[in-house]
Amino acid sequence: MVYLTRRYRFSAAHRLHNDALSAEENRRLYGKCDNPYGHGHNYVLDVTLAGEIDSATGMVYDVSELDRAVGREVLEPFDLINLNTDIEEFRAQVPTTENVCLAIYRRLQGKLGGAGRWSSARLARVRLEETSSNFFEYSGEAGEQEVVRRVS
Amino acid sequence: MIYVTRRVEFCASHYFHNPDLSAEENRRLFGKCNNPNGHGHNYTLEVTVAGEVDPVTGMVMDLKDLKKLLESEVIELMDHKFLNKEVPVFAAKIPTTENLVVEIWKLLEPKLTLGRLHRIRLYETPDLYVEYFGG
Repeated sequence: MVYLTRRYRFSAAHRLHNDALSAEENRRLYGKCDNPYGHGHNYVLDVTLAGEIDSATGMVYDVSELDRAVGREVLEPFDLINLNTDIEEFRAQVPTTENVCLAIYRRLQGKLGGAGRWSSARLARVRLEETSSNFFEYSGEAGEQEVVRRVS
Repeated sequence: MIYVTRRVEFCASHYFHNPDLSAEENRRLFGKCNNPNGHGHNYTLEVTVAGEVDPVTGMVMDLKDLKKLLESEVIELMDHKFLNKEVPVFAAKIPTTENLVVEIWKLLEPKLTLGRLHRIRLYETPDLYVEYFGG
């Protein structure tokens, strides 16, 4: 099994706010991220595929095909938009990077590999950097509660 | 268990071509990478060794030894080379980064005396890397 990782970038605005909580509780939880006007990040997205090396091509997956899929499923909808207002998943969910990571995983799941020459390839991990000192990873195996928050 | 990673860089050229496929199929599959004159990359190789800390030295292995091993097994063989033409294994195997990680594993794994080879990670560009854990 070989793991292939490709890095992408997108920039988006968001606001962390939960309508079910009081204004005070939102401020306490989310601090500056609760600013009603929103703020933005340059996100760095690493998409990892796992698979066996195809003997005819020497490749696990066609990187241009990966670029097209990530472009179509993630970069086009997520780049230069407001996550809260412009992305379906975040009308009813706080667009924390944990939730964005999970939404990206779900949008890509089933869209990569699994057929023909790339039958053994599958999505193995989505890693999303919100800033250079904050990143989140999801590998899909244990449910959304398993999303990891790491602060370095 | 402690994991020690050493990073080293090398520069090499390559191209992708499978002689069993038609010229058109090669172009479709490999795109610009099919240019027989080759193109090149600055590869960054990260080699991770896993082991227990030796109580006498406080180390998993001597990193100078790992550096020498990477130099003699990988850098001498691949640095500033045309992989398809100058590295024998790639005469009959396409030098994709996927195949490179497996070949680098095969070169290093039997030569490690302390610790166990855990991971080969090879960056073809800063935005694209491949990993192999030996299975």
